[in-house]
Amino acid sequence: MIEIDRITKTYGDSTAVDGVTMTAETGTITVIVGTSGSGKTTLLRMINRLEEPSSGEVRINGESTRATKPHLLRRRIGYAIQGHGLFPHHTVGRNIGAVPQLMGWKKDRIRARVDELLSLFSMEPDAFRDRYPAELSGGQQQRVGVARALASRPDLLLMDEPFGALDPIIRARAQDDLRRIQRRLGSTILLVTHDMEEAIRLGDRVAVMDGGRLVQHATPAEIIAQPATPLVADMVGDVERPLRLLSLIPLSELLEEGTAPGEAMPAEASLRDALAACLWSGRSAVPVTVDGVPSGRVTFEAIRARAELHA
Amino acid sequence: MRIGTVLRPALVLLLVALVLRPAWFTPLFAPLAPANAPVIYERSSLLSLSLSHLGLVAAATAAATLVAVGLAIFVTRPAGAAFRPLSRTITNMGQTFPPVAVLALAVPALGFGAGPTLVALFLYGLLPIFENSVTALSTLPPATMEAARGIGLNRWQRLVRVELPLALPVMLTGIRLSVVIALGTATIGSTVAARTLGEVIIAGLLTNNTAFVLQGGLIVGLFAVLIYDALVQLETRLARRAGA
Repeated sequence: MIEIDRITKTYGDSTAVDGVTMTAETGTITVIVGTSGSGKTTLLRMINRLEEPSSGEVRINGESTRATKPHLLRRRIGYAIQGHGLFPHHTVGRNIGAVPQLMGWKKDRIRARVDELLSLFSMEPDAFRDRYPAELSGGQQQRVGVARALASRPDLLLMDEPFGALDPIIRARAQDDLRRIQRRLGSTILLVTHDMEEAIRLGDRVAVMDGGRLVQHATPAEIIAQPATPLVADMVGDVERPLRLLSLIPLSELLEEGTAPGEAMPAEASLRDALAACLWSGRSAVPVTVDGVPSGRVTFEAIRARAELHA
Repeated sequence: MRIGTVLRPALVLLLVALVLRPAWFTPLFAPLAPANAPVIYERSSLLSLSLSHLGLVAAATAAATLVAVGLAIFVTRPAGAAFRPLSRTITNMGQTFPPVAVLALAVPALGFGAGPTLVALFLYGLLPIFENSVTALSTLPPATMEAARGIGLNRWQRLVRVELPLALPVMLTGIRLSVVIALGTATIGSTVAARTLGEVIIAGLLTNNTAFVLQGGLIVGLFAVLIYDALVQLETRLARRAGA
């Protein structure tokens, strides 16, 4: 559990982060979202003490971050940034193994961990281990950057706009990968972004920052349904709110008996996808499969009723 | 590139022949020597002069590298940033002072021989190495530096594992400039009795023997060209490894 306790950062007269208190549960993704200058990156960088807080404290699993020397603390906290920041003169293997090597792991243990992580990120270890970062695509470099952050099995992973430099298609894939890997490893992640879409897509909880203050900290559904301030509403995008909300709900929630024409959709797909399918093909319902077995349908009416719940 | 593969070994052979078997070139240089004067310099062996010349250059450049890189590291740390303008002034002065003047001033203190030449070459070599090292160390990729700090490298580890390896190709450019300047400048060391290839040139000038002048000049020139070329190759290789 990560506890951020009344943390403040001032630079001269200006306050970058103003008395932020929040808690992130172990094994969850918390996305900190805000416009530029909202203090979100400063908040993140105070957790691994790249910036020292002016006041307040951060506790990781009950232990204050002040109890450890900064560089030793950072070895226990994964850190991935926009533009990956890989060491251009080291191979992929050495990049990923950087932190374990600093921590004095044995060579064969590091090697095994590097291969494990490369496989986890769908990169063939034999093909990628000895390449240099410049020989990889942007998406691959970014994956190696995240793999490096995860290498020593850190208590916590901090990510600062990790997908900012990727094109939309690669970014969506990277987000799905992160979600999958986070579920599998049970990692605790704090991620900073300016993109509310990304926050809603990735976050178990979303924290919205504005002018150095935390204005709302809630689940994505709550953020969409009850934005705390006009700015949050603005960021969610008033017009798209119902669609954003539907994108969070799986088909399984509205599954009912019956049949429908056309191509079936898996139960994990979102109501937004089903709505799009209905509109596109002029159907009033779509058939749904659970684990590949046809098990009913979701109707256009039910989707509409679900969206109206929040209006 | 293809020209290099032919020209490089040819120049190396020419240089080796000029140093080890100068007698072979007698017919070539004979027309340039005054009547009845020796065509080939024989007062001391060209090999030992070359080695002593290269030794002086190597020693002076090594010392200049050590001091300039050390200074560059210091002034690119937060603690040393205040000294940056001052150290720039000092290294600039080293470059502005003509080597001949340094020789003249150093002789009373250090006596005749290699000492004054070493001092002159050292001072003259500081600036390019210092300037390049400072530039290299202060223009490292910011994301890489941020990540190095963020994953838990301490100051020393960042310097040794990230900053210096990434700065090396640009630093080496500075060292290369210094070496080439020093190779040429070392010849005037012979005016204060340092053993360098300048001895051959000066002997030629004193006796009006163009053959000697040409012989000494050719050897120094070939050394400069070949060493320059070798260092360029090394830089390219290192830069490629650094992912540039």
